[in-house]
Amino acid sequence: MTEEQTKTAQSFIDALPHAKSLGMQLTHLDNGVAQLEMAYDERFIGDPDTQVISGGAISALMDTCCGAAVMSHPKVPSTTATIDLRIDYMRSAKPGQRIVSRAEVYHITRTVAFVRAKSYDDDRENAVATATAAFTVEGTT
Amino acid sequence: MSRPRPEPVQVIKQRRDAALAGLVQSIPYAQFLGVHFDRRGNELTATMSYKDELIGNPLIPALHGGATAAFLEMTAQIGLSWANLWGNMETGVLSLDDLEAGHLPRLPKTIDFTVDYLRSGLPRDAYARARVNRSGRRYASVHVEAWQDKREKLFAQATGHFLMPDPQG
Repeated sequence: MTEEQTKTAQSFIDALPHAKSLGMQLTHLDNGVAQLEMAYDERFIGDPDTQVISGGAISALMDTCCGAAVMSHPKVPSTTATIDLRIDYMRSAKPGQRIVSRAEVYHITRTVAFVRAKSYDDDRENAVATATAAFTVEGTT
Repeated sequence: MSRPRPEPVQVIKQRRDAALAGLVQSIPYAQFLGVHFDRRGNELTATMSYKDELIGNPLIPALHGGATAAFLEMTAQIGLSWANLWGNMETGVLSLDDLEAGHLPRLPKTIDFTVDYLRSGLPRDAYARARVNRSGRRYASVHVEAWQDKREKLFAQATGHFLMPDPQG
């Protein structure tokens, strides 16, 4: 992305208070594909014994990433909302590492967008979690 | 020989509430979201108190789908952990003394979690209750329902599968 595009994309995230409070950064947004990152933060810990980040924080990242991918799709005229989101947690994220989530709209109709996403820590070979989601496509007549 | 007199009701209530509070307060993300639990016997109700940082779309305004998902997952995980803990308190495997000393059992791990968004979350407090449909030695299946003003008008529900902590570990 150009610097200009990055700025526009980030301002989209900053307009969402919850995404902003989790410190999410949009690093790619184009044509139904989004990449969103979140730094490790002790406030997001879900398991005090292992210091592993909460599944809920990863859900929030993936939901936002899927939503951003939908919004960036040329066939989405205005806004979107999550209909359904399923997350599979394959392994625990390594404490201290940032989470990178990448989402892609793999099918879209006049009313529904189908999205897949994967999240990684520093190990890019083995995903931490995957998501499949359905989003509304609003504003088409 | 008669069995020892049970503790006065106020004492046992207070100690159980302390065990629950200890469990919830040990999880930083529950504090971050502002989630707390009320207890009636073994039944828990979770509350996510409204704050502006929970908003997703400021134009509507509606709760962020991610905040809702996290709230439901937290409710399921703590509900499941509490159900297990309760069983172990009743049978005496776990004593309130241990719990009060911070010897909390390991939390169940989420295997998968599916959220069904029924209507947009309004900018006000949200409530949720979990129902453990099956809890085996290794796996558990939990359903959660969340509502705001009206109990029967759900704004989201979810089902999740969890890996139970190893009792030896």
